[in-house]
Amino acid sequence: MEYFFELFLGGLTRGSIYALIALGYTMVYGIIELINFAHGEIYMIGAFTALIVASLLTMAGMDGMAVLALSMVVAIIYAGAYGLTIEKIAYKPLRQAPRLSPLISAIGMSIFLQNYVLLAQTSDFLPFPSLVPEFSFMEPYEHIFSSSELMIVVVTAVSMLVLTYLIKFTKMGKAMRASAQDRTMAMLAGINVNRIISTTFIIGSTLAAVGGVLIASHIGQINFYIGFIAGIKAFTAAVLGGIGSIPGAVLGSLVLGWTESFATGYVSSDYEDVFAFTLLVLILIFRPAGILGKTKTQKV
Amino acid sequence: MKKLMTISIAALALSLAGSALAADTIKLGVAGPHSGDLASYGIPTVRAAELAVADINAAGGVLGKQVELLVEDDVCKPEIATNTASKLVSDGAVVVLGHICSGATKAALGIYNDAKIIVMSPSATNPALTQSGDYPNFYRTIASDDLQAKLGAEFAVNTLGAKKIAVIHDKGDYGKGYAEFAKAFLEKMDNAEVVLFEGVTPGAVDYSAIVQKIKHSGADAVIYGGYHPEASKIVTQMKKKKMDTYFVSDDGVKDETFIKVAGEFAEGVYASGPMDVSNLPLFQKALKEHKDKFGEDPGAFFKEGYAATVALMNAIEKAGSTEYAAIEAKLRSEYVDTPVGKISFDEKGDAIGVGFSMYKVIDGKYVEQK
Repeated sequence: MEYFFELFLGGLTRGSIYALIALGYTMVYGIIELINFAHGEIYMIGAFTALIVASLLTMAGMDGMAVLALSMVVAIIYAGAYGLTIEKIAYKPLRQAPRLSPLISAIGMSIFLQNYVLLAQTSDFLPFPSLVPEFSFMEPYEHIFSSSELMIVVVTAVSMLVLTYLIKFTKMGKAMRASAQDRTMAMLAGINVNRIISTTFIIGSTLAAVGGVLIASHIGQINFYIGFIAGIKAFTAAVLGGIGSIPGAVLGSLVLGWTESFATGYVSSDYEDVFAFTLLVLILIFRPAGILGKTKTQKV
Repeated sequence: MKKLMTISIAALALSLAGSALAADTIKLGVAGPHSGDLASYGIPTVRAAELAVADINAAGGVLGKQVELLVEDDVCKPEIATNTASKLVSDGAVVVLGHICSGATKAALGIYNDAKIIVMSPSATNPALTQSGDYPNFYRTIASDDLQAKLGAEFAVNTLGAKKIAVIHDKGDYGKGYAEFAKAFLEKMDNAEVVLFEGVTPGAVDYSAIVQKIKHSGADAVIYGGYHPEASKIVTQMKKKKMDTYFVSDDGVKDETFIKVAGEFAEGVYASGPMDVSNLPLFQKALKEHKDKFGEDPGAFFKEGYAATVALMNAIEKAGSTEYAAIEAKLRSEYVDTPVGKISFDEKGDAIGVGFSMYKVIDGKYVEQK
């Protein structure tokens, strides 16, 4: 039973990691029906930024939660700026182009950013400091569930709540939902759709950066390529949950995390991905729009 | 018919001439690719044999006789290697240094075995050459492909005292090959048990599930086949989960980057890597001889070729004869100083004292474990 519980917590952590990234995918898709393949790279850039800031702060003699908080803030600002810039450079000029064009542009952006970091930083793995301190109250449970895992789960939950509040109860959220439903109509109603789209990119990038910092701190290493695999998995999770749906992205991520964790624990880690993607195929067969996705009629 | 007769008489005459000469010298056959695109693997061994034999002859030869080299090309091709072998046998080679490629070596060995000639390769690493038992006349001075895995398995069980072992790999050729050999060795030992054998996905976001599984399996040691990025993630998560399981791995992990990335968590990790021979006086001597004579650094398998020549000649000298059984007994019982270290051979033909050492991370450095 303890083993089951450990795997459950492991899956929860992994699912939370995916969720932080998947939210960005699903929000962008919800509004402009674009799969932002460069999103995984934002996650990676967030982690790199945090590493640089954390190293500087540590050199300056700071430690503990202050380093975590400060490097997180800088990473968020930096990643947000990247998200905004990417949207302006790679997607906005293609707003009226056929749907395939921004998709290719996204893939190009992803490759560009990977290689940019490769050249500007290094191709080697870099050690990432454990920014999350070991909380003393977690001491007895550290062997089952570490402080950094707790941090990931808590931060994901909080982000989810804030995001839900933002979308459900603020004016901007209302505008976002309106833009998602019908862009032209929203524009006619006086909503600055371009600004809403930019905001969506910034929020998505912010979440990815938070994920990047926490995960890098949990795993202890980063390189220019980490965004790719994390991005693919998170994208899978977003599709699983129903792309475009925010609760769906979180649910999909958790389901994916648990599937992988239990498949490894009870069957074999050789087949971890096999189980994950079999599940995806099965869900798409029986619920083509994903677990919480709504099948909507094509807008004409 | 008459023509055939003439040829066979001529051949007979030639072989008689061969045996007449053999009385005066000890003939060392050297076979390998000396031309063609793989010549760079074979030439250094020829040079090594020349240098080693020059030293031996200068010191009075073997059994009071001078050593003569019979150099034959096999272009690394199995079908040509059989001809090469027949030629060396008929020329009266007492022992053979070669062949270089595993495939060519396998093809040639049967011919030598029929003629009761001992063969020693400086480079054929295929595990089956020694382990299958099909090639009783085969020896080598290079570590077999699976020796690292054997070292890992024996180190974990005999030195660290692990009883239950989890064997993990990264599903790649190198890592999985290592893990499968390690598993096979562990299964042959009666004081150890493989409790887990699994592959992990390289580059995965998180390895906590496999770490929990290792913990759940009750393993005292993990043997990991693969490279350092995954190893450092797994080690880090194991240490964060307060596990004190030993972590034993391969050459792919014995990399400075591993220590840099895993930092404090790397402490106490074991990884095997090639033995460091650059400080051995004999290695430095062979290197200098090569530079003096050829004006360049030696190529691949030079030191192994040199070591094989020395080992073969030493065994003949100690045996006091060129009899197969006598040489075999001395190869197995006598240790000899060579440029790859002090070596002897096990009953299967693999060199003892050659190849890999176990290193442990102590204070951020890999330290060789004696």
